[in-house]
Amino acid sequence: MCFKFTEENLSRIEAARKKYPTALAAVMDTIYIAQEQNGYISNEVMEEIANVLGIDKVNVLSVVTFYTMYHTKPMGKYHVQVCTNVSCMLCGAYEIFDGVKEKLGLDHMQVSPDSKFSLEEVECMGACGYAPMIAVNEDYFENLNKEKVFEILDSLK
Amino acid sequence: MEKIVLPEIPDFNQIEIYLANGGFESVKKVFTKTPDEIIDEVKKSGLRGRGGAAFSAGLKWSFMPKTTDKPKYLCINGDESEPGSFKDRQIFEDNPFQLIEGAIITCYAIGAKVAYLYIRGEYHKWIKLMQKAVDEAYAREFIGEKMKETYGIDFSCDLFIHKGAGAYICGEESSLMNSIEGLRGYPRVKPPFPAQRGLWGCPTTINNVETITNIPAIIKNGWEWFSKIGAPKHPGTILFGISGHVNKPGVYEFPSGMLLTDLIYNVAGGVPGNKKIKCVIPGGSSMPPLRGDQLEGVRMDAESLKEAGSAIGTGGVMVMDEDTNLLKVLLRISHFYHHESCGQCTPCREGTGWMEKTLHRIDEGHGTSQDLDLLISVANNIEGNTICALGDAAAWPVKFMITRFRDEFEKYVKKDIFIPVPNKVHSMRETASPLADLHK
Repeated sequence: MCFKFTEENLSRIEAARKKYPTALAAVMDTIYIAQEQNGYISNEVMEEIANVLGIDKVNVLSVVTFYTMYHTKPMGKYHVQVCTNVSCMLCGAYEIFDGVKEKLGLDHMQVSPDSKFSLEEVECMGACGYAPMIAVNEDYFENLNKEKVFEILDSLK
Repeated sequence: MEKIVLPEIPDFNQIEIYLANGGFESVKKVFTKTPDEIIDEVKKSGLRGRGGAAFSAGLKWSFMPKTTDKPKYLCINGDESEPGSFKDRQIFEDNPFQLIEGAIITCYAIGAKVAYLYIRGEYHKWIKLMQKAVDEAYAREFIGEKMKETYGIDFSCDLFIHKGAGAYICGEESSLMNSIEGLRGYPRVKPPFPAQRGLWGCPTTINNVETITNIPAIIKNGWEWFSKIGAPKHPGTILFGISGHVNKPGVYEFPSGMLLTDLIYNVAGGVPGNKKIKCVIPGGSSMPPLRGDQLEGVRMDAESLKEAGSAIGTGGVMVMDEDTNLLKVLLRISHFYHHESCGQCTPCREGTGWMEKTLHRIDEGHGTSQDLDLLISVANNIEGNTICALGDAAAWPVKFMITRFRDEFEKYVKKDIFIPVPNKVHSMRETASPLADLHK
């Protein structure tokens, strides 16, 4: 299977490339664009990123494996992230995390068989004053309790 | 009380409203002066960095070389991953143009042509809001190549947003630069400091988002005005993010040097159920925690908190009531640092793991009093022995939590004392040894 960037994404990469004096610096933006198109970063995707930017594949690999927001395996359609760090924990985040685990039948970094949900226990998301919180894909949901979380999960189709 | 960073003006994040309230006036004022005068002004204002180290912003700027053939850079740190800290997102949301204006002024003062605003990857929404504001500033020709005509001056600068990807360590300045360069976020050995060799080996200044947002107000009202706000040695207002067991958590802007008890009881509405406070972490999870019965008279500025045995950090106050299990809190903090350690330095990479494992053992009920000493010993061996401050940040909570709440932690461990065979090689070392007490 061969991965190619769409024309639109190629121009987005070109725009990102212009922000920096070196091509290597655009790698983080490019990986984001690739992840958006492909869902996750596979071996082929890394090769294509290296090709497009004219850098070594090992540079792409080293960045992909360092940062937690890049996924090397397919994630669910809805990537549910539950923060359990101190402020959230004080406000009952583990209760929520356990509830979500049970409801989805998933553990940390697992994907449901129908690829609809994946679950991640994340570190502080910067919503300490609005704890507890979960994030679904890119959206934050704050000031939650177990019932509200279940409502959110039920509304995801 | 006047708010500097988050003024209480509705729709202040709209450019029209911002302009109507004196927006981008400071930039015009700045261009009538020389960069050295600006640096001097900020230095005299006493503005200290809001990112954790509380270092004088003006002094930091003055480290930038005056004559160099290399390009200079400004990095604005909006990585904000410290547990308990959630202030920068309020600035992105409510006051983006003051941040942009501050960035232009800073670029002019240090002679940078390009500024990078590093925002953590999880802040998708706030990155979009900030990008929109930057685009608007470009469209109105306040920034970019066209600002030369707008202000009639031979100076221009660009502001780009760099999106992080979920690494706490990238809030450390040298690792932030590596991240912008497209490398793994490994901190660099200092010296050379960023002002000598920063981004791509060029002179670079790194400031926190909140620090930069203060700059336009200092230029507008003068350094004397600013230096009179709050505590004399740490002037200005601070964004306090208060979370945990309080009735009204949130971000509040107040002059530095306010009473911690005032902040908790009057501003944040006290503790739910009128419970007593067991522990407060005053500056984000890396800072030493304070005992709830020793909060009287503690003031929220760098000097006072240092005296009280903690530090201002990022102003993220975490309050824990009397029913909190501090062992679980410490275990969670240790797990965080173990997860976020970049793995370059052995003491931090191994030590954070061992601290978590030892705490886990205590949590499972297999711990002894000696494990507490062991934890302090491991923490002492991390502190100061690593490239960046993450080592210290991981060591301090463990060390100070156990020392200051020893009575509480003794409840979770067995009282059995094993008499160890003293290891001569180990006991000769200067670091605190778990055996030290036995020799007394």
